Amino acid sequence: MNKYIRMLIWVAVALLGAFAISGIALNRGESINALWLITAAVCVYAIAYRFYAAWIAAKVLVIDETRATPAERLNNGRDFIPTNKWVVFGHHFAAIAGPGPLVGPTLAAQFGYLPGTLWILIGAVLGGAVQDMVTLFISTRRDGRSLGQMARDEIGAIGGTAALVGTFLIMIILIAVLGLVVVNAMKHSPWATSTVAATIPIAMIVGVYMRNIRPGRVLEATTLGVVLLLFSVFAGGWIDHHETLRTYFDHDGLPLAFAIIVYGFAAAVLPVWLLLAPRDYLSTFVKLGTIALLAIAIVILRPDIHMPALTQFTDGTGPIFGGKLFPFVFITIACGAISGFHALISSGTTPKLLSNERDIRMIGYGAMLLESFVAIMAMIAATVLEPGIFFAINSPAGVVGKEAVDAVAKINSWGFAVTVEQMSQLAKDMGESSLFARTGGAPSLAVGMASIFGSAFGKGMLALWYHFAIMFEAIFILTTLDAGTRVGRFMLQDMLGNFNKKLGETSYMPSVILTSAVVVAGWGYFLYIGVIDPNGGVNILWPLFGIANQMLAAIALCVATGVLVKSGKLKYAWVTGLPLFWLVIITTTAAYEKICSDDIRVGFFAAANDLSAKLSAGVLPPEKAAVAPQLIFNQHLDAYLTLFFVVVLWVVLLDMLRLCVRYLAGKPVLAISEAPHEVTQLENTWVRD
Amino acid sequence: MLKKLKHLWHMVRRLTGDDAYEVYLKHHAEFHQSSPDAPPPLSRKEFFKIWQDSQWKDIKRCC
Repeated sequence: MNKYIRMLIWVAVALLGAFAISGIALNRGESINALWLITAAVCVYAIAYRFYAAWIAAKVLVIDETRATPAERLNNGRDFIPTNKWVVFGHHFAAIAGPGPLVGPTLAAQFGYLPGTLWILIGAVLGGAVQDMVTLFISTRRDGRSLGQMARDEIGAIGGTAALVGTFLIMIILIAVLGLVVVNAMKHSPWATSTVAATIPIAMIVGVYMRNIRPGRVLEATTLGVVLLLFSVFAGGWIDHHETLRTYFDHDGLPLAFAIIVYGFAAAVLPVWLLLAPRDYLSTFVKLGTIALLAIAIVILRPDIHMPALTQFTDGTGPIFGGKLFPFVFITIACGAISGFHALISSGTTPKLLSNERDIRMIGYGAMLLESFVAIMAMIAATVLEPGIFFAINSPAGVVGKEAVDAVAKINSWGFAVTVEQMSQLAKDMGESSLFARTGGAPSLAVGMASIFGSAFGKGMLALWYHFAIMFEAIFILTTLDAGTRVGRFMLQDMLGNFNKKLGETSYMPSVILTSAVVVAGWGYFLYIGVIDPNGGVNILWPLFGIANQMLAAIALCVATGVLVKSGKLKYAWVTGLPLFWLVIITTTAAYEKICSDDIRVGFFAAANDLSAKLSAGVLPPEKAAVAPQLIFNQHLDAYLTLFFVVVLWVVLLDMLRLCVRYLAGKPVLAISEAPHEVTQLENTWVRD
Repeated sequence: MLKKLKHLWHMVRRLTGDDAYEVYLKHHAEFHQSSPDAPPPLSRKEFFKIWQDSQWKDIKRCC
């Protein structure tokens, strides 16, 4: 009886999900309610988690509940600790959910709400969540080893090196593009700039409190910090209204970029307790709180989505970034659908905390579904805006023109209604001087969030909500920037240690300064170019980041597929092989177009040639001519970088296929490096708390 | 209800590392106190210093 009721419930969930998906896919009316997207997402996640993930756990991975995990076998009370599954889930989710799932969907909304939404749902349940779960499983069976080490052990030295170099480069590009998002949010906005600047001393106060005043009292210190942060959002408003004070925080993009570069260097060199660790506590709290608040607000408010299902920009002429729907929607939305970076978290910190293998499904697969849901909410926040407003905020001045009148005329010519008065009223409501050409996704997301929060919790405070949203994005973008720079520094020191022992020591000051400077110079260069680029820079850097991130995902899936084949599970190899196949197609196509396309808004070489032709013909205005040589050099560099990513991807793929063919032909291959089976004692001796 | 709230509070403390020192003391008593001349556990301040530094060796934050 019970069994039939359960079956009926699942049939109902499946039908509801199918109904919601066909609703959003077939709707061609004026607008559609956001609840359709939420319903579709929740049903898809529920079915995938209940059936697909459970099937993978039972049949493909053959999860063994009696097997002792590394946390139990290697328990040292520090990094290897058997931990309650909800606590591990919290750590894992806080680690994987960064700014990526907020920015990507916002940019991809230029194609309409449908393509991005479908890719977020399908990509997550068949790709991203599978990658995270299988990587977590493989690493758990190998003492929590990192992706790079596992690639070396299972595929060979080439795979290992590729994973290492790929991780380093991805970090550089990620930090640059995130830095650019923050700079664009702070440009000529005294309120946003002063609030973001205030997060630095606030983090330090929290750090000193935790270290010296009340050592180890993390929650007290964090509460104090969150209160100060909220106060800084208010205080930013006062500064903005103060005649002289506001001039201290009213800056162009370039000085702000240099400030972030100096800050990044300081954060990498300063001890973690002073800046990085306390900032991370604050950002995690603010992040989780705001995401929860957004979910509640969307459910209370049930806003209408005004963006069409598909726009004419699927043909590749979009203003936010150039390129057709295929493959660029799949590159633009990486985090939220499938993100290679997650494989670094799933191998590394998380497997060292797992107390039982049975938690792998919830933590690996479940946490990714939650991140995918965050991406859906970002898509909703972007598409509840009137399309005209959305494009006015996100289109760079290089595409629509510098003057408000030109921009509005251009956007109207695409068929999206917006007026200059509407935009200046919106800017006034949000407490900004202008919202035209605020590229990078953060301002438009903040406007979307502010209008959702404003309608759900009181309309009078739109400007406060807007700057709260900006602070929310900036604080965890800066955490990623700090943490990424530091990890990049460690990786570089590790590599240099092979040549010179002294340089490899993480506490040797000259090495710390040298390697930090190299890492900061790496991302600082791309950030600088992004700021001086009249097309906003995000349109170049974000696809590059997407390609790099998908390449890393492909490496992780190569390792997973290789391990499945070597474990004699060839018939299940499609579970990771299918998403791998898709990633190879989209990454290779995107890279090919970025390198070879004749369209100057897509191809790097085409853009460089076009610019140098214009430069030598003398048709560029003087301020553009001054930066043109740097932009031309950068386009060439980006092209070679893309080429490098795609070559690395194919080398690892072919290496993995060679390994599989050898294994299936019965020839010797690298042995499976799984740790031997030990029976868990945890359940008998110690009840998990 | 009270029990559930207590459990939730316990989870929040565990998640944030607020109770890391207590966990360490428990671990120390369990594994490192077998002989009488074993070194005493670290003070709260010393432990927190080492614990916090060790948290930031790996990749902990993502895109």
